[in-house]
Amino acid sequence: MVREGIAVVGDKDSVLAFKAIGLDVFPVEGEMEAREKVKNLARTYSVIFVTEQIAEQISSLLMRYKARPYPVVVPIPSAEGNSGFGMKGIKADVEKAIGADILFDREDN
Amino acid sequence: MAKLNVNPTRMELRRLKTRLKTATRGHKLLKDKSDEMIRQFMLYIRENKRLREEVEGELSQALKEFMLARAVSSDSVIEEAIAMPGVKVELKTSEKNVMSVGVPEFEIAEQEGGDLYPYSFASVTSELDNSISTLSTLLAKLLKLAEVEKTCNMLADEIEKNRRRVNALEYVMIPQLEETIKYITMKLDENERSATIRLMKVKSMIENR
Repeated sequence: MVREGIAVVGDKDSVLAFKAIGLDVFPVEGEMEAREKVKNLARTYSVIFVTEQIAEQISSLLMRYKARPYPVVVPIPSAEGNSGFGMKGIKADVEKAIGADILFDREDN
Repeated sequence: MAKLNVNPTRMELRRLKTRLKTATRGHKLLKDKSDEMIRQFMLYIRENKRLREEVEGELSQALKEFMLARAVSSDSVIEEAIAMPGVKVELKTSEKNVMSVGVPEFEIAEQEGGDLYPYSFASVTSELDNSISTLSTLLAKLLKLAEVEKTCNMLADEIEKNRRRVNALEYVMIPQLEETIKYITMKLDENERSATIRLMKVKSMIENR
C-alpha cells in the first residue's frame, strides 16, 4: 500500500500551528482517542508527529511501530514545552544496542 | 554442554566437521557485522541526539510564538487565518539500505506555488508570521530527525537480534558441535583399539593351540 503525507497528532493548541505549513493535523483529547487516531493514521501516513504528552500516554502502541520502516512516529515537544520523552527514546535505543548508556552519562558527570 | 544425539559413525563425523566449519565462519561474519553496525549506530545516534536537541529548542520557540499570537488575536481570527493553508507539503518516501536494514528516507518535493501566509497581514499579529516561517523552515529538519530516529530504532533492533545470533552460535552451537565431534572421534578410536585387541587375542589363541 502506498503511504504518503505527514500527520500531526496532539492537543489542539500544539497542532494548529502545523496546519499553517500544510501538514495534516489531527487534534485529539485523551488517551483513548489518541490511540484510535494513531492506529488509523498508521495505515495511511508515512510520518506521524506526536506531541510528547500524547506519545507518553500511548507509548505501548508506539513501540509496535519501532521495528518497521513505516510509519515513522516521532515525538515532538508540544506548546507546553519539552517533557524529555523524545530524549528518553534515544537513550533507550542506545541501551538496547550497546547494552549501556554511553551517550548521556558523560554529560551528567 | 550436551552433545548432539547422533550415531558415532565416520559419515556423521564428516558431516559435523563441515557444520562446525560453517558455524565458525558464520560466527566470525556475524561478529564483524555486529561491530560495523555498532559503529554506524554510534554515528547515527549522535546525529539523532544533536538534531533532536536543535529541533526541540526551535520548535518550542515557534510554538510559544504561536501561542502568543493566539493569545493576542481571538480564536476565530486565527482559525480563519490558517483554515486554508496556501502550501501543501508533498513528501517523497523511499527506502535506504544501512547494513542490510531497510530504513526510510524522505524528500520534500517542491511545494507547488502558494503563499506561505494565506491570510491578510492586517488581521493577525506578526508573531503568527514569525512562528509560521520558523515552522516551515523547521520542517526539513523535522523530517531529517524522523529519518535518523527511525534508522536508530531499526539499527538498535537489528543489533540486538544480531547479538542473539552471535551468542547462540558462540555459546551453544559451536561448543555442541565440538563436543559431539570429540565424542565421535573417541568412540571411533575406541572401536579401532578393540578391533586390534580382538585380533591380537585371536592370534594368540591360535598360536597356543
